[in-house]
Amino acid sequence: MALMASSRHEVGAKSFPLVIYIVVPLLALGLQSLLSLHLSRFDLLDLPLLVTVYYAITRREPVSATLVGTVIGIAQDGLTHHALGIFGISKAVIGYMAASLGVRVDTENHGARLLLIFFFTLTQTLILWLLQRHMLGQPFAWHGIHEVLRAAVNALVGVILFAVLDLSRRTEY
Amino acid sequence: MESFFSRYRNALVLITVLLAQVIGLAVQVRRPDPTAPDKGGVRLIRSWVVNVVSPPEMLLHGIGKGIRSVWSNYIDLIHVRKQNQDLKAELDQVRLEEDSLAEDARQGQRLQALLAFKEKYIYKTVAAQVIGTSGTEQSHVLLIDKGSDDGLKPDMPVITPDGIVGKTRDVFRHTSQVLEISDATSGAGVILEKTRIRGVLSGDSWGQPEIVNVSPDDRIQRGEPVLTSGGDAIYPRGLAVGTVQRIVPQPEGTLVNVLIKPAANLSRLEEVLVITATGNQMPDQMQQDLSEAEQKASDILAERLPSRTDASAPADQQGNSQPDTADGAVTPPGKPPQALHPDHFTPSDTPPATDLVPGQKITNAESAAFTSQNEDHADHSPASGTESKPASKPSGAAAKPKPKPAAPPSQQNPPAPHHHPPAAPAAPQDGSPSTPPQTASPQGGI
Repeated sequence: MALMASSRHEVGAKSFPLVIYIVVPLLALGLQSLLSLHLSRFDLLDLPLLVTVYYAITRREPVSATLVGTVIGIAQDGLTHHALGIFGISKAVIGYMAASLGVRVDTENHGARLLLIFFFTLTQTLILWLLQRHMLGQPFAWHGIHEVLRAAVNALVGVILFAVLDLSRRTEY
Repeated sequence: MESFFSRYRNALVLITVLLAQVIGLAVQVRRPDPTAPDKGGVRLIRSWVVNVVSPPEMLLHGIGKGIRSVWSNYIDLIHVRKQNQDLKAELDQVRLEEDSLAEDARQGQRLQALLAFKEKYIYKTVAAQVIGTSGTEQSHVLLIDKGSDDGLKPDMPVITPDGIVGKTRDVFRHTSQVLEISDATSGAGVILEKTRIRGVLSGDSWGQPEIVNVSPDDRIQRGEPVLTSGGDAIYPRGLAVGTVQRIVPQPEGTLVNVLIKPAANLSRLEEVLVITATGNQMPDQMQQDLSEAEQKASDILAERLPSRTDASAPADQQGNSQPDTADGAVTPPGKPPQALHPDHFTPSDTPPATDLVPGQKITNAESAAFTSQNEDHADHSPASGTESKPASKPSGAAAKPKPKPAAPPSQQNPPAPHHHPPAAPAAPQDGSPSTPPQTASPQGGI
C-alpha cells in the first residue's frame, strides 16, 4: 500500500458519532491519569496526543483539528500544575500539522501512521521544550534517547489504537 | 479581502488560537508566586477538568480496592498466623525501644521549653485515597479524593507512615491536587540527620528528589537519613524524607546536589495522610501513648527477666532468701552472710559504744559473749528475718525500704543497723540525738 494518497477514495474524510468525539478524549485523559498511578512507566505514553492525531488525520480539516487539539491540550493542562496552555498550544500545532499532512498522505497505511505518530511525538516534545524552557523559564528535561524511546512506544501503541478507533468511524464523500 | 480570509482561513485560525493561549500563559505566569494555587478562570477550568475526570477514577479505584480487599481479607490468608506471631514479637521489641526513647523525648521537650523552642506536633490528619496523577513526566502531581469539604486547604503537608509525599496545591470541593516532592517546582526545608546540614529539597529533571546547592562535605555519606527541618513553615519538623543516595557535583560552580531516595514510595501511592492541624503542645493522646508504652515495656521486661520466684534460680545457701510480700514488693536483704572466722571487723560482732569503756580493749571472750547474746536476741525477736522494722508494722509496709533520718555519729557506729543490741537506745524517729555524742573506734579504743 502506497504511503501517498492516490485517489479521491483514499482522501475521503471520515466522521464519527458525536458521542465518540466527547467520550474518547475524556477516556484518554482518564486512563492517562489513572494508569500512570498504577503503571510506573505508563507516562511514556501520551493518549491525548494519539487521540488528537487520530482525529486530525481522519477528519483532515485543519480548523477543527486545531480546535480539538486545543481543547484536549487545555484539559490535559488542567490535570497538571502547569499554566493552562502549554499542552494546549502544542496539541493545537500538532492537530493542524496532522490534518494538513492527512490530505497529502495515505493515513490508512499502518506504516504511515507509525511514522506520523513518531514524528508528532517528537514535535510535541520540541514544542513543550521551547515553551517551558525558553518561554516560561521552567526546568524541562530533554534526553535524546529517552525521547526517541517515548516516540517509538507511542507510535507502536498508536497504530493499535488507531485500528480500534477505525471501527467507530463512518466514511463521508 | 474575503478571498484572503478564505484562502488563509486555516492558518489564521491557528494563529488566533495560538495567540490567545500565549496571552493566557503570559497572564498566568505574571503572578507574584507562580507556584501558588490558581485563581479565577484558570482555577475554574482546572476544576472542570478534575471534576469530569475524577468521578470515573474514583469509581474504578473503588472497584479495584474492593477486589483487592476481598482477595487479601478472605482468600490470601496463607501464613497469616505466623505473620501475626512475628508482628507481636516485633511489637514487643518496638515497645521496649519506645520506652527507652520516651525519656529522651521528655528530656528534649524540657530542654526545648527552656529554649522557648516551638515544636510542631501533628494534631489532626485526614486519610485520602490517591485516585490519579497528572499523567505526564513533566508534572509530578497526584489527585486525591478529599477536598475542601473535608477540611483541606492549599499548602497542607501530605505524608505516609514512611515519609513525606508533598503538599496540597489546588483544593477543590471533593478532590485536591498534591504536588509531590519530586517535582522540579516543589520545595521543602530538610536537614541531614547526622551531619545537621540544612538544605532545600526539590525534584530534578528525572523526577528524583535532591537537595540543591549544598557545600561539599566529606561527612555526607550514602544512606544518611534526611528529615524535614521545619524551616519551610509547611512540613512539621522531624518527618522522614529519605536517605542520601549519591552526591552529584554541579556542572558550574563548586556546590553539589545530594540525590535523595525518598522514604515514601512515590511511584506506588494508594493512601496518604493530609496534616490538617498542628500545634505547639504535645497532644494528649501522644502523652497517653508514651505513658502506656512505658507501662507495657516494664511489663514485657518483667516477663522476660528471671522472676524473683524463679524455680530454676539457684538455692540460697545462706538461708537468707526473702519471700515476696503479698503486694509483690521486694523485701530488702535481711542480714549479711555470717563470717566463717569472726573478728573485730565482722558486722554484729562489735559491742555498742555505750558498753565500751575508754581505754579498754575488747578481748575475744567479750566479743564472743556479745555475739552469742546478740544471736539469742535475734532468735527471740518476733521480727526475725524482716528486721529493720518495728514488729507492729504490717509486712507490706515493712517490705518497702524506708529512708531513715540521719543519725548522729554515735548512733551510726553500730555496724549492723538490723541488729540493735538490747542495751542500745532506740534511734529517735525525728533524727534528734538522744544521747550525748561519744566517739569510739571500731576496735573499741579511743
